[in-house]
Amino acid sequence: MGDLSVADAVGTAGLTAWVHEYARAIAEHREELTELDSAIGDADHGSNMDRGMTAAVAALEATPPADAAALLKTVAMTMISKVGGTSGPLYGTLFLRMSGAFGDGSPTAFAAAFRAGIEGVVARGKAEAGDKTMLDALLPAADALTEAVGAGQPLDAALRAAADAAARGRDSVTPSVARKGRASYLGERSAGHVDPGAASAVLLVEAAAATLPGAGS
Amino acid sequence: MAKVGLVVISHSRPLAEAAVELARQMLPGREQAIEVAAGTDDGGLGTDAVAVSEAITAADSGDGVVVLMDLGSAVMSAETALELLDDDVRERVLLSPAPLVEGLIGAAVVAAGGADRDRVAAEALLGLAPKQAHLA
Repeated sequence: MGDLSVADAVGTAGLTAWVHEYARAIAEHREELTELDSAIGDADHGSNMDRGMTAAVAALEATPPADAAALLKTVAMTMISKVGGTSGPLYGTLFLRMSGAFGDGSPTAFAAAFRAGIEGVVARGKAEAGDKTMLDALLPAADALTEAVGAGQPLDAALRAAADAAARGRDSVTPSVARKGRASYLGERSAGHVDPGAASAVLLVEAAAATLPGAGS
Repeated sequence: MAKVGLVVISHSRPLAEAAVELARQMLPGREQAIEVAAGTDDGGLGTDAVAVSEAITAADSGDGVVVLMDLGSAVMSAETALELLDDDVRERVLLSPAPLVEGLIGAAVVAAGGADRDRVAAEALLGLAPKQAHLA
């Protein structure tokens, strides 16, 4: 293993920046996410995620967490409680499992925690790759992140690769028919639409790439 | 005599409360714990797993809880709520796939009569039977 630069360790400063950036991106894309969801769902994904992430930022500001695991748990519980839609339990479980698996904040440990979070989403949602869900962005992102940090790449390059993989995954299922959630009621009519959950998941990984490297711990 | 608690999870608070009102109509003068976790805290449509876990705790007298729910996030919030409960409470909780309105009415009647948890859950699952028989 090469020397781990201090700037590559993920801690409360980086995670706080990640949560803030994700909340900002969700707010920016709120109407777009709801529009995607009105085409193939129940038209609440943007507003639900915005409510949840706004509450998560407020919760972190109200009670600054003692450590990274506590921070991730606060985000998890807030999303579980405040989002209202299926994304609440799903994103909440992602952050909850990341909290439980969060190690020393090294890129390898962060990648492992991220994967544990996504495995939580798999368990909670019982969806698989290709079902046209958030997992079609998250699973390739986790694979790319694990591979890049395993190859010794610095965190910024590894998260960039993960974000690109997430976007490709999102786009790969746009032609598909949804097999989970409200969109599955539409059957063939869901084909050709971008999945709103995959779209918000890309924003999550993009926010990580934009904030975690070099944020300090 | 068992005292099995019931919990109703819905995206809509009015829907959940109306379902409970229908069920209570079958229980004149009888005690039965039926807790509701429904809607977002700003009055919109949605479910909240923390509220669900609190409703389960409130409905639990130690003899078990049967949870009925509508669809989508109600199901995942119910499962997530189980993760938030203490192990001993979690073991007493059964999440029912029964139809919300018909299942609740069947469950409420037998729960108020002192049936145990598994009997209450079985009755909830039979909730569609009278309608199916009538329309067959």
